[in-house]
Amino acid sequence: MSPAPVPVPRTVLDASDISRALTRIAHEILERNRGADPVVLLGIPTRGVGLAARISERIAAVEGQSVPTGSLDVTMYRDDIGLKPARALEHTDIPPGGIDGKVVVLVDDVLFSGRTIRAALDAIGDIGRPKAVQLAVLVDRGHRELPIRADYVGKNLPTSLVERVTVHLTEYDGTDAVLIADKTGAAV
Amino acid sequence: MRHLLSAGDLSQDEANLILDTAEEMRSLADRPIKKLPALRGRTVVNLFFEDSTRTRISFEAAAKRLSADVINFSAKGSSVSKGESLKDTALTLQAMGADGVVCRHGSSGAPHLLATSGWMTGAVVNAGDGTHEHPTQALLDAFTMRRHLGSLDGRRITIVGDVLHSRVARSNVLLLATLGAEVTVVAPPTLLPVDMSRWPCTTSYDFDSVLAKSDAVMMLRVQRERMGEAYFPSAREYTRRYGLDVHRMAQLSDEAIVLHPGPMNRGMEISAEVADSTRSVIVEQVTNGVAIRMAVLYLLLSGSNESSEEQNA
Repeated sequence: MSPAPVPVPRTVLDASDISRALTRIAHEILERNRGADPVVLLGIPTRGVGLAARISERIAAVEGQSVPTGSLDVTMYRDDIGLKPARALEHTDIPPGGIDGKVVVLVDDVLFSGRTIRAALDAIGDIGRPKAVQLAVLVDRGHRELPIRADYVGKNLPTSLVERVTVHLTEYDGTDAVLIADKTGAAV
Repeated sequence: MRHLLSAGDLSQDEANLILDTAEEMRSLADRPIKKLPALRGRTVVNLFFEDSTRTRISFEAAAKRLSADVINFSAKGSSVSKGESLKDTALTLQAMGADGVVCRHGSSGAPHLLATSGWMTGAVVNAGDGTHEHPTQALLDAFTMRRHLGSLDGRRITIVGDVLHSRVARSNVLLLATLGAEVTVVAPPTLLPVDMSRWPCTTSYDFDSVLAKSDAVMMLRVQRERMGEAYFPSAREYTRRYGLDVHRMAQLSDEAIVLHPGPMNRGMEISAEVADSTRSVIVEQVTNGVAIRMAVLYLLLSGSNESSEEQNA
């Protein structure tokens, strides 16, 4: 009898895939907004902040000018805040120039139900009035529950609801990878 | 964490969670819209049996900035002045659907009774009970010190004054010890509790000997309203031995800060020059108080408490 196999999730994007996707997103942001001037990047904690920083680096390398980059915690704007135990807050850091009249590009790792982005739109409304809000995500796994779509997508990843998509970034997890697993943790 | 009754109940992790949350809450003061939706639809009752200005308006501002509905109750002009008991007041609040009760009471232990008697199900925050504790004051003091000194681990904090009657002193000693600070309490022998052996701090009768090594000095108010008898010969003698004036301030190290929970008796425990000096963080303490109370209310009231009730079941 062989021992039960340890569930291993399947890697969907490896480090170089993630790097290429972010480089493309950086170029798409510049193309759509005709340069870096109006752009403010706001990452949604935790991993959106790391992704925003990487996109910011790439924009700086292409344009020779850095874009204001910050983080936006949406914990208190979530619609399930009263349904779960109180959560610790993440850091919100709005760049010194503010967001009024700017094009805010929200950056998150996985787009799923869309509820995090709805919360982020409410949070932005309390901070200022941007000219436009755009959304960049590394993975769009579908199953939207709200009329929200991403403007920049690293990879469209069709999934079933029971599957789990995990994004690992070097800053937080020691490695760059996007993993997919069924509910037991095994590859699908 | 279901209630906040004593600073001594907080673990180091819980205390740091409150302080970190307050750090995020404080950045709200720089925003155009100073409001967060976290407690929308929740009701917070400020139940004040004792006079208070800054603590009550601080809790009120904190609850309102988190979008809670606030009901202010003060004993004067209420049924309490007609002889209503604490129990009946609590039952009334329960019937009105109070999610959180911020309680100040002249009797030590009143918030504990509210939280544990089963009269009401809401979260209870102790906003000062008798001569027992005032945990949110200790938290805002620790928060203010942390912003100026960094980590409090190993820092030397000196608390001076009427420790016997001070709930601020007790809460501060307990919390600062939890956070790793070395606390020295300075007071005339008559204003120290009889047995200090269980307090996690050292005591001294000589203010001048501890000045040079202090990273922060906290002056306590001389509480004349709680003194039925004479604890020191004269106000002048108290000021000379235990008051903080410019001469004593000059002995402090360069980075050391001066705190006072307010309201100050200028010229008594602290001179006006010290209170208005650049070392004084007394006004900042008030600003930080709102952030700390927002953090406490957020952590106690924002989530569902079903999980904790399941654990109890």
